[in-house]
Amino acid sequence: MNATEFTLSDLKRILLESAGADGAGLDGDILDSRFEELGYESLALLETGSRIEREYGIVLDDSVLGEADTPRALLRAVNSRLAPAA
Amino acid sequence: MSTPVVVTGLGVAAPNGLGTRAFWEATLAGRGGIGPVSRFDATGYPARLAGEVPGFVAEDHLSGRLLPQTDRMTRLALAAADWALADAGVDPAERPPSDMGVVTASASGGFEFGQRELRNLWSKGGRHVSAYQSFAWFYAVNSGQVSIRHGMKGPSGVLVADQAGGLDAVAQARRLIRKGTPLIVSGAVDASLCPWGWVAQSASGRLSTAGVPERAYLPFDARAQGHVPGEGGAMLVLEDAGAARRRGATVYGEIAGYGATTDPRPGGGRPPGLRKAIELALADAGLVPAEVDVVLADAAADPGLDRAEAEAIAAVFGPRGVPVTAPKTMTGRLCSGAGPLDLGTALLALGEQLIPPTVHVEADPALALDLVTGGPRPARLRTALVLARGHGGFNSAMAVRAAAP
Amino acid sequence: MSGRRVALTGMEVLAPGGVGVKEFWQLLTDGRTATRGITFFDPAPFRSRVAAEMDFDPREHGLGPQEIRRMDRAAQFAVVAARGAVADSGLDLGRLDPYRVGVSIGTAVGATTSLDREYGVVSDGGRLELVDHAYAVPHLYDCMVPSSFAAEVARAVGAEGTSGVVSTGCTSGIDAVGHAVELIREGTADVMVAGSTDAPISPITVACFDAIKATTPRTDDPAGASRPFDLSRNGFVLGEGCAVFVLEELDGALRRGAHVYAEIAGYATRSNAYHMTGLRPDGAEMAQAVTAALDEAAIDPEEIDYVNAHGSGTRQNDRHETAAFKRSLGEHAYRTPVSSIKSMVGHSLGAIGSIEIAACALAMEHHVVPPTANLHTADPECDLDYVPLTARDRRTDTVLTVGSGFGGFQSAMVLARPDRPVRRAA
Repeated sequence: MNATEFTLSDLKRILLESAGADGAGLDGDILDSRFEELGYESLALLETGSRIEREYGIVLDDSVLGEADTPRALLRAVNSRLAPAA
Repeated sequence: MSTPVVVTGLGVAAPNGLGTRAFWEATLAGRGGIGPVSRFDATGYPARLAGEVPGFVAEDHLSGRLLPQTDRMTRLALAAADWALADAGVDPAERPPSDMGVVTASASGGFEFGQRELRNLWSKGGRHVSAYQSFAWFYAVNSGQVSIRHGMKGPSGVLVADQAGGLDAVAQARRLIRKGTPLIVSGAVDASLCPWGWVAQSASGRLSTAGVPERAYLPFDARAQGHVPGEGGAMLVLEDAGAARRRGATVYGEIAGYGATTDPRPGGGRPPGLRKAIELALADAGLVPAEVDVVLADAAADPGLDRAEAEAIAAVFGPRGVPVTAPKTMTGRLCSGAGPLDLGTALLALGEQLIPPTVHVEADPALALDLVTGGPRPARLRTALVLARGHGGFNSAMAVRAAAP
Repeated sequence: MSGRRVALTGMEVLAPGGVGVKEFWQLLTDGRTATRGITFFDPAPFRSRVAAEMDFDPREHGLGPQEIRRMDRAAQFAVVAARGAVADSGLDLGRLDPYRVGVSIGTAVGATTSLDREYGVVSDGGRLELVDHAYAVPHLYDCMVPSSFAAEVARAVGAEGTSGVVSTGCTSGIDAVGHAVELIREGTADVMVAGSTDAPISPITVACFDAIKATTPRTDDPAGASRPFDLSRNGFVLGEGCAVFVLEELDGALRRGAHVYAEIAGYATRSNAYHMTGLRPDGAEMAQAVTAALDEAAIDPEEIDYVNAHGSGTRQNDRHETAAFKRSLGEHAYRTPVSSIKSMVGHSLGAIGSIEIAACALAMEHHVVPPTANLHTADPECDLDYVPLTARDRRTDTVLTVGSGFGGFQSAMVLARPDRPVRRAA
C-alpha cells in the first residue's frame, strides 16, 4: 500500500467526485493554482480530504487542509504520509 | 398592514410537466404524470405508483460544484426558482440584496441524500459520511441554497407543516413583504422517491396500492383507497403590488387571503378545523363565499378525510355550491410542494378562465360536491381558493384573486 | 391590530444538567458545565466524542407508553416542556377560543435520532438498499416529517389555531419564537405556545459534524470541551434540549394579572447569502439583524444590558459575531457583557435558540448575567467582555440574543421590560 503515490490525476478525480467542477473544470496546469481560485472552498476541501483519508488509509491533521492551499502542497502533504515509515 | 401582495413569477417542476408551459398544457388536457416507480425497484413494496418529475437533467441547470452537495429536491427547487425569477423578469443581481428573501416549506428535507449517508454510516462507518450531510438533507436547505444562488440577504424562513406547509410558506412570504421586504421567492419542492422515503411514506398507511394509474388516486370517489405520492412543486416570485406595478411586471394574481387551523385531538368532540381555516382565509381576503369561483381541494383520497373536506366545503359554500377540482389527481400528492403547485394552477386558471379537471374520478354523489371532471370547464373566474391539509391535523386555506385588468 | 405587544408569561426548560427552569438557572449561575463523554452510543469510532447529554426519563415527566413509543425524543421534550410552560403561565387554555391559540416549534434536524435508528433496522444494518417495509415502525412518517412535533404539542395543550414547525437550522429556536410573536402582533393569535427542541446526539449527526470538523475533538477534558471565545477552542459540543414558552398579547396578560417575564420587543432575521456553512468575518448580516430587531423594539444599542451570544466555540463563529456586535452596537459592544451559555449546555442546534431566550428572560428576572464557562484565555480576536467563568450581578432590563445557522441564517431578538417607557409604537 505504501508504495502508492498520490498523483495529480488522483487528486483531480477525487476533487471531481467530492466537489464537482465548474465550467472550465480541472483541465490545464493547476498544480500551483490556489484551491480558492479553482472554486474550492473549505467545505469542498474537507470532503476531498476525507475521501483521500478513506481511500489511502491515512489520517491528515486538521491543519493540513487549511495550510495546503494548492494542489502541489496537498500532493506533498498526502505523499509525505504515504511514504514508508522506514 | 394590507399592502396587496402579488405573484409575478412562476416556476413549476411537476410530474406531468417540467416547466410551467408543459405542466399547464398537460393539466388542461387531463394528462397525468403518475406511473410505475422508475427510480428504484418498487415491485417488492405494496405501493408501486408515483408521480415522478420527467426529464429533469440537473447538469443542464446547475453547476458541477453544486451537484455533489444537493439532493434532488434542492436541484428541482433551484431550477424552479430560476424559472420563476426569469418569468417575473427579475434579475436579482440588479436589486439591493436586503430587498429580497426566500421562504420555503419542506416536509422531508433531502431524504434521498440522507438515505445515502445513513447507508454509508451503517454499512461502512462514520468516516464515510459526507461533509455535505451537515446541511444537504436538512429542512432549511432550499431556502439557504436559493438565497445564496441569488444573493438574497433579506429575511428568509422555512416552515414545516406536512402537506399544508407550502401554503404556510407563501403566507409567510406575504407577511414579510407587508413588513417591508419588496420581493420574496417562495414555494416548496419535496422529493423523497427513494426506498427509504417510500417505506417512510408507506408507514403512514395512506398510500394507494392499486396497480394502474387510472385506479390509484381517486379522491371523492367511492373507490378511494389512498393516494399516490409524487415529487416536485412550484416556486413563486411574490412582490409588493405597488412595486410590481411600478416596474411594469406582469401579474398572475394577488395572494388575497389565508387562514390556518389545527385539528383538535381525536375523541374530544370538537369539529375538524378545515371549515374554520376556509372562513379565516375568506375573511382575510374580504370575500364572501359566493365570490369564490373555484376550490382546489386537498383531495386526500381517504374516505374519512374526503368526507371531512366535502363537509367543510359544503358548510361554507352550500351543497354543490362551488366548482371543486383536484388537478393533483394528475401528479399525486407532493407533500409541501402541493400547495404552491395548486396556487400556480389556480393563477393559471384565472388567466385562462378554465377550471382544470379532476381525472379518473367519479364523484361520490353522497359528498354533494360539484366536482369538475371529464375535461376543463370554462367559467368566469375571479377568485380561487386552494386547500391543503397536513398529516397531524394541519389545515391551510389560501385565496387568490385575478389581477386587476 | 397594530400596536399589539407580546409578553412571555410561561416557560419550561429541559437542558443538559438543568432539567426544569430552577435547575437550569442554577447550572448557569453556578457556571457548571454539562458536557461529558458520549454515553448514548459507543463514540469510539468518532472524532468528536463529547456531548451535552440530558438525563431525561419521559416516564418521570408524565408521558404514557404509547406517547413514548410514538414520539421521537425531541418531540417528547417538546410535549413535556409545552405542558410545563402552560402550567407556569397560569393560563387556563380551556377557557380560550382554541382557534386563537397556536403553536410554533423550532427544530433543526427533527427526528433524526429516530431516523438513524430506524434506518438501521429497515436496512438491516445498511445491508439492504431496498429497505424492508415489514420492519418499519408505524410512526415512521412522523419521524420523516417533523411537523409532527407541532401536531403533538397542539394536541397536548388543546391549540387549534395556526401551528407548525419552523426549521431554519441553528436559528430555529429564535425564529420559531419570532414567528409566534409576529402572529400575535398581527392578530392571528392571542396566545402562542412556542419554543424549540432537538435531540440530535446520534451517530449520523456526530459523523456529519466530524466530517466538517465543526465539533471539538477535545476528548480528554469533557467538562472543559465547550470553550467559546477561548484561545484554545476548537469546535462546538453537540447538545440536546428544549425550551417552550407561553406568549400572549401583552394587554391581555396584564389584565389577567399574569407574571410577565419579559416582552419580546423585537425580532429580525437575515441571510448572508454566502455559504451553507461558512461565515464572512465581517458579521455584516448578523449586524443587520441586530439593528433591525432593535429598530422594531425602538431600543437604542446603548440600552442593551446583556448580550446572549451564539458563542458556539468555533473560531469562525466567535470572530464573526464579535465583529457583528461591534458593527451593530458600536462602542457599547465593549461595555455590555456578552456571554455564551453553550459553554455549559452545549449546542443543541435548533433547540438552543429558545433555551437561550429562556436564559435571557431569567437574567432579567434575577438581574444576574450568566457566565461563559471555560473561558480562561480570550482569543485576542475576541476582545469584548465575555463574562468569564463566574456569573455577574447586574441590573438587566434589556437583553439581546442572537443566533447563526447553516444555510446562512442570522437572527436576533430583543427582550425588554414591558413597563419601560416606549418611545414610539413598535
